[in-house]
Amino acid sequence: MHELSLAQGIVEQATAAAREANAERVVAVQLKVGRLAGVEPGALRFCYDAATQGTFLEGSRLEIVDVPLVVWCAHCLTTVELPGVQSFRCPTCATPCGEIRQGRELEIASLEIAP
Amino acid sequence: MSQTRIVEVRAGILKKNDELARALRARFEEAGVYVVNLVSSPGTGKTQFLERTLTELVARGVRTAALVGDLETDHDARRLARSGAPARQINTHGRCHLEAEMIGDFLGEWELSALDFLFIENVGNLVCPASYDLGEALRVALLSVTEGEDKPLKYPTMFNSADVAVITKMDLAEACDFDRAAAHAAIHDVRPGMTILEVSSKRGSGMDDWMTLLHDRRAAWHRRARDGSA
Repeated sequence: MHELSLAQGIVEQATAAAREANAERVVAVQLKVGRLAGVEPGALRFCYDAATQGTFLEGSRLEIVDVPLVVWCAHCLTTVELPGVQSFRCPTCATPCGEIRQGRELEIASLEIAP
Repeated sequence: MSQTRIVEVRAGILKKNDELARALRARFEEAGVYVVNLVSSPGTGKTQFLERTLTELVARGVRTAALVGDLETDHDARRLARSGAPARQINTHGRCHLEAEMIGDFLGEWELSALDFLFIENVGNLVCPASYDLGEALRVALLSVTEGEDKPLKYPTMFNSADVAVITKMDLAEACDFDRAAAHAAIHDVRPGMTILEVSSKRGSGMDDWMTLLHDRRAAWHRRARDGSA
């Protein structure tokens, strides 16, 4: 389980960003997590509560926004969202699609801060 | 209740690791050492595959070294050192994956420019190592015939993040009723077009193809580096 390492990364980056914005406190952290990021949201939430104890982020909410898996289909000449991560085939024409355009994200999108 | 405001951040959570990995990659390119990261679940035969790989490379006069990650013990490094190539153990003490920082720390005084290949044997785990760039040029995911043909479908992130798949323990394929076509199909479902090799580290079958792949990939990498800097 690497979610504790990830939670510590969130604390470091969010603390720096919040201080730069002169925040009094952090109310919520919004994360973008791609379907292919290899993150288990439940484990991450659990680790987040532990990792934020005694930090600038203590008591803040973790909001996870799922980013779907989007690939380029060279046959349809368009990007297409895949329904799952087990089959990299275009749902329209069944062409294998390896070119990922979205779905690997693992980033802090924004912070909700006070005041 | 006081008012709150939203500030955009857009920072990668793995930023620190990714920056260190970029610096390592630049260092490896500068030294001309081709770095291969081996990933798999525990028990796939990574160490035996790597021991055979090192032995064959050493016999061909290729300069090579290995870093091997495990939670505890230095058993694997001692086993790999039998090949004649220098091997160093990284104990993660509970961590389930290697990170770029550990690679940097354990390179120690090794003269990288005196190496052609550096192999990194990751901790046996098909989940977490997928997220950590170690500055490698090639990521190889191993799958043994004893694990079930659908393993890539269960761990798509790892197989998708790898460049090459190696199916190990082929000498046991018949005893396990291993369905080759199903395994290849599962790998290609999660990573269309991925190169697949089949080996038996015990008997040596498939090792020539693996040696050829290593040399071809390293040569292509050198050409790209040369053209890129020209």
